[in-house]
Amino acid sequence: MAIEDLFKIVKDRSKADAKLKDQKQKKQNNGVEIPKGLLFKCPRCGTVVYRDEFERNRSVCASCNYHSRIRFRDRLEMTADKDTFVELDAGLTTLNPIDFPGYETKISELRDKCGINEAIVTGVCKIHRYKTVIGIMDSNFMMASMGSVVGEKITRAFEYATENKLPVVLFTASGGARMQEGIISLMQMAKTSGAIARHGEAGQLYVTVMTDPTTGGVTASFASLGDIIIAEPKVLIGFAGRRVIQDTIKQQLPDDFQSAEFMLENGFVDMIVERKYMRPTLSKIFRTHNYTRDEEYRGGAAK
Amino acid sequence: MSELTATERLAVIREKGRPTVRDYIPALFTNFLECHGDRCFGDDPAIIGGVGMFGGRPVTIISQVKGRNLEENKRSNFAMPLPEGYRKSLRLAKQAEKFHRPIICFVDTPGAFAGVDAEKRGQGEAIARNLLEFMTLKTPIISIVLGEGGSGGALALAVCDELAMLENALYSVISPRGFASILWKDASRESEAAELMKITAEDLVKFGVCERIIDEPDGGAQNDPALTAENISNYLGEAITRLSLLSTDDLLNRRYQKFRKIGVFGEELA
Repeated sequence: MAIEDLFKIVKDRSKADAKLKDQKQKKQNNGVEIPKGLLFKCPRCGTVVYRDEFERNRSVCASCNYHSRIRFRDRLEMTADKDTFVELDAGLTTLNPIDFPGYETKISELRDKCGINEAIVTGVCKIHRYKTVIGIMDSNFMMASMGSVVGEKITRAFEYATENKLPVVLFTASGGARMQEGIISLMQMAKTSGAIARHGEAGQLYVTVMTDPTTGGVTASFASLGDIIIAEPKVLIGFAGRRVIQDTIKQQLPDDFQSAEFMLENGFVDMIVERKYMRPTLSKIFRTHNYTRDEEYRGGAAK
Repeated sequence: MSELTATERLAVIREKGRPTVRDYIPALFTNFLECHGDRCFGDDPAIIGGVGMFGGRPVTIISQVKGRNLEENKRSNFAMPLPEGYRKSLRLAKQAEKFHRPIICFVDTPGAFAGVDAEKRGQGEAIARNLLEFMTLKTPIISIVLGEGGSGGALALAVCDELAMLENALYSVISPRGFASILWKDASRESEAAELMKITAEDLVKFGVCERIIDEPDGGAQNDPALTAENISNYLGEAITRLSLLSTDDLLNRRYQKFRKIGVFGEELA
């Protein structure tokens, strides 16, 4: 028997166990089902809170400070000055370079579900009146994996910033390279790194904000190349998957392995910044890199 | 050139006795001096690097090290580099730039090592740094995939002016086994994945990823390592001469464009 078959048996069994547990739980709740979406259970500490309360707290767990995954629109509204965002390269569309079965359908479903057309949205905005190029990855879109469109949008964003002498802020979140696009997705790692090199040679600033989860080929390319690297508290940051490592070393890994705090301790991020302090922190960074504010006051963030 | 499927090529490159960089170095270079260490943390035996002479001119050689047997493989960690391996390769590449030596990288790895220490020492950062720095090194870089080129761990030695592949070599975003296991939750569908993923040298020429396919003898490099080395040598001689004629600006612009143009997408104009 191949080892994979063995894994499958174990997996199927645990699935069956989970189902049984679910049924037991239902009985305990006297058959009352808690409507999905009303509550948020923190994946880090297990604390359960009302979702609207959680969202009022910027989708941060009040108990353990885990900064959860948020949608592109929410991130933009809590980061950029109100009504300053102009999207770049909105017309780029995903194709199917290796004819992966069902890829087009999956992409079009995700476009409808997420309201964005790929895993990253790039554009120009102001933050505390500093004009900047911004890119926001949204893990709801195929775990924000990097295929041609993501790679091209990031590359063009850096090229635009180089040409217009602007800084770049990227909010990273990704499962890594998008395997459904084969080798083309791997090449996006080199392509984006090349554009970052040129932006850097032109003396411009690049700030990375690592959000949950920043992993794989994205950690191994543009996410790790910021002049300043910020991470949100308690997020997952790493190269290899936790399960892959666990299978190699055959022992449990500590909970904080590959967390933002782990990366700070090991010297791979500059600072951990809470969501509520992100705008003032970015503003300070722009100020200390000699960017000038736009005089015209546009008010605060939308959220 | 032989007409084999990806699965058949996978079997060829896994055959025992397939030559590794340890066979090619003495066949291709004279005066080879191995240089150790990343000057930060340690020396990674999964990557060999150093200087040597090729056709009368100094070159820098960097390669992942596959073993020819289990003992050798254990020593070189099955060619899966640690962060210090990538940092060693970057140190040697920078040294090559200083002395205007062409860099020759041999790619032969299932991928970067996945482990606790690798994460602690920044595997992601080490690979990323190589991608960025190799993109702007002011000296010609030629990468040759010898057997298996797996994911970011391979790419870290494959940001280059020209990528060549041995006829049976494969280069992919993840191993076919990993692809099947992640996307279909079934690692036994490895050969189906290998066919679907488009990972042969011919596929990669079509995608603009690979510039040159180097012939192997019938049945694979293991059937005549000396002839394979000669084919590699002929290609290297020609490529180094050609790339050395370019001005630094041209070289770097061409390198940037080589990767810049890779991507398959549509564009709707607003």
